[in-house]
Amino acid sequence: MHPVLATILKRLGLGVATLFVVSAIIFSSISLLPGDFGEAVLGQAATTETVAAFRKELGLDKPAPVRYLDWVSSVLKGDFGTSFSGRAASGVDRSRSVAELIAPRLKNTLFLAGVTAIIAVPLALLIGLTAALYRNSLYDRGVNALTLTTISMPEFFVAYILILLLSSLWPVFPSLANVDASTEFGERLRRIALPAITLTLVIVAHMMRMTRAAIINLLASPYIEMALLKGASRSEVILKHALPNAWAPIATVIAFNLAYLVVGVVVVEVVFVYPGIGQLMVDSVTARDTPVVQACALIFASTYIVLNLIADVIGIVTNPRLLHPR
Amino acid sequence: MSIEHNDVLLEMRNVHIEGFADEQWHPIIKGVDLTLKRGQVLGVIGESGAGKSTLGLAAMGFVRPGCRFTQGTVHFNGTELIALSETEKRAFWGTRIAYVAQSAAAAFNPAHRLIDQTCEATVRAGISSRDESRSDAIALYESLQLPDASNIGERYPHQVSGGQLQRVMTAMAMSSRPDLIIFDEPTTALDVTTQVEVLSAMRKIVEHYGAAAIYITHDLAVVAQMADDIKVLRYGEEVEEAETRVMLESPKEAYTRSLWSVRALEKTEEKGEDIVLSMQGIDAAYGSSKVLHNVSINLPRGKTVAVVGESGSGKSTAARVITGLLPPTAGTVQFNGEALPSGLKSRTQSQLQRIQMIYQMADTAMNPRQTVDEIIGRPLEFYLGLSGAAREQRVLELLTMIELDESFLDRYPSELSGGQKQRVCIARALAAEPDVIICDEVTSALDQIVQEGILQLLLRLQQEFGISYLFITHDIATVKAISDEIVVMYQGEVVEQGLKSDILSPPHPAYTELLLSSVPEMDPDWLSTLLKERA
Repeated sequence: MHPVLATILKRLGLGVATLFVVSAIIFSSISLLPGDFGEAVLGQAATTETVAAFRKELGLDKPAPVRYLDWVSSVLKGDFGTSFSGRAASGVDRSRSVAELIAPRLKNTLFLAGVTAIIAVPLALLIGLTAALYRNSLYDRGVNALTLTTISMPEFFVAYILILLLSSLWPVFPSLANVDASTEFGERLRRIALPAITLTLVIVAHMMRMTRAAIINLLASPYIEMALLKGASRSEVILKHALPNAWAPIATVIAFNLAYLVVGVVVVEVVFVYPGIGQLMVDSVTARDTPVVQACALIFASTYIVLNLIADVIGIVTNPRLLHPR
Repeated sequence: MSIEHNDVLLEMRNVHIEGFADEQWHPIIKGVDLTLKRGQVLGVIGESGAGKSTLGLAAMGFVRPGCRFTQGTVHFNGTELIALSETEKRAFWGTRIAYVAQSAAAAFNPAHRLIDQTCEATVRAGISSRDESRSDAIALYESLQLPDASNIGERYPHQVSGGQLQRVMTAMAMSSRPDLIIFDEPTTALDVTTQVEVLSAMRKIVEHYGAAAIYITHDLAVVAQMADDIKVLRYGEEVEEAETRVMLESPKEAYTRSLWSVRALEKTEEKGEDIVLSMQGIDAAYGSSKVLHNVSINLPRGKTVAVVGESGSGKSTAARVITGLLPPTAGTVQFNGEALPSGLKSRTQSQLQRIQMIYQMADTAMNPRQTVDEIIGRPLEFYLGLSGAAREQRVLELLTMIELDESFLDRYPSELSGGQKQRVCIARALAAEPDVIICDEVTSALDQIVQEGILQLLLRLQQEFGISYLFITHDIATVKAISDEIVVMYQGEVVEQGLKSDILSPPHPAYTELLLSSVPEMDPDWLSTLLKERA
């Protein structure tokens, strides 16, 4: 087997192991949350007997390790369980499966993240490379100052400014990003324009600065001087001689920012009333809807692990030392 | 002999270059003239900081970032290079003028195949098509005696050895058949045995294509093999220039003579009977790769044993085994007649104290955030429990021993010169009052004159305190200067150990013969004679 394949498989195995550890942490930290669904739904007036009966119905009376094993084994079978909400004391069970609850929300989040990534990643690379090419020029300083400004402002602030500019003063895009399953693709794009721009402004700075730094870091290398002395132009030096050696750090920071687009955008979702997974999780935490919270946390963790794995693989396959061993 | 004007390829007049550091401009080259005829090879020698590389690059009209031309002209083939724009200069680089850098391992882009890098300049300039250029590169590889010439270009830089890389770089420089090649210390990073092969390959190909060359080095013996004329540089100024033989036989300036002073230093050997440290049948490995095979070395008390061999021969690994940094897989290390525990952690403080180590890179062996006082004082506190006035007193004594004064106490390593840094490292080792000091290539990173000072200091300290040295080096001149006994190592095994005079005089085992004969001598015919003998 090629050593690179072996390394990748090893990373994959480690990723799975990490996921297990994370699942245990998620489970135990949710158990530590004060109060439980029974009390939250039935209210303080409920008798101890009613609460106990309700807890028993939901399986909350079993000891924690048993509940954990139950959860993990059903997740492994693809069953994320049933949401607690909708099981109010009225006696009618209107609860839905967790998968059914999460699926449309996750789709929305991934759609927003995808659109943002398609804009932000190429943009960041382009700005980063040109800034490195014309380093210390007016252009370089300009984009550096600009991206620093956008990254320094809180997301909700950026969002409200965009609403003010692009929705109130010059009404180009809607300020509400309320989409549902029936929204057409084009309309969907129009509605998520403002959240996508907000997120782009937030993440471009980080990726762009890393790209610039990774390239400039290499420019002091003897092989860059050699390339110059062989008559390479400045853009050739950057694109052909520096960039191929800079992919690993750039991929890492891109993966980090893409993960943020999935797991960290709840504030932006709230501002634009976008039905994403972040809002769902926050609502579920408030309602002590444990199965949903756990599933969301697990999805977030997997997002991080998978994206970092991809960044690692990019780092490996762009390193000839690993790809072509001696 | 008068030079016809059209014979002159490169003419540098009154070149001044400044570099920016510490918020101001410092002169690096202070008005150097240089004339090079077509097909002539000029050697430029000097110590580090003399401005050799800067001058070599200036011949291409290039200055490194943070440097600038302030005066002077560089006429190449009738064109004034300095005045040209960057784009115009680029038309000369890699085509009419080529550059061969010091460390081939660092000067090749790790991300591209060798042949693509070899052909890059010619293909870009449209001198030849990609296919023509590739077949020409293979022909050049062949004439440079690279193994498997037709396929070696498909490899990546990390897949071939340093000597091979340096030859590929010569092929790269030659690919456009330039009028001028700048060789910037091309063999400094190589072992002597490899150096001979690379030197002969470079000389042959330069002669064959009649290119002019500037050959930059700090090694007079090497430049003697390569150059028609030699220019000596110091502090950015020319000391003297003469034809090679004239320069070697009767250098005019005292400074030039001092450049090979280490080669004159020679310790009279003494045989030692009382063995202070001995490695017995040591095997050692890094992970699964075995590095030392049944290594036995004896170090007599108060004497110096030099361990020589090329890189990868296991010299430094042997030092790591003795210090306990790398526990051996078999064999024992005996110290004062007792077996030392193999690992660092299981040794007593006194055992640690008795064996000290000095490293090649004094820069990285000192904490940059500590002053000289802290660096030297630390072992005094740790091993000897000194504090307060006693500690102060002892630090001053140690400073005196290494020929520095108390004004150095509050300085940081970055405020010291290379030689001073190494002296502080010696004082730190000395502070522990050791029986044995392991010196790992301690003079390799230093200039010749500074080397001599360090070696004489080590010799004096040995006489005064009876310290035993295990002196690891690849440089035979240093071996002659400091050792009583010599151990020759090759591929993790000891080839032979014995008194200096025995090892250095024939008959030799085959490897010792190869090693000794590869050391360049100050005779311009040395390389030719050697190659004839070996053929």
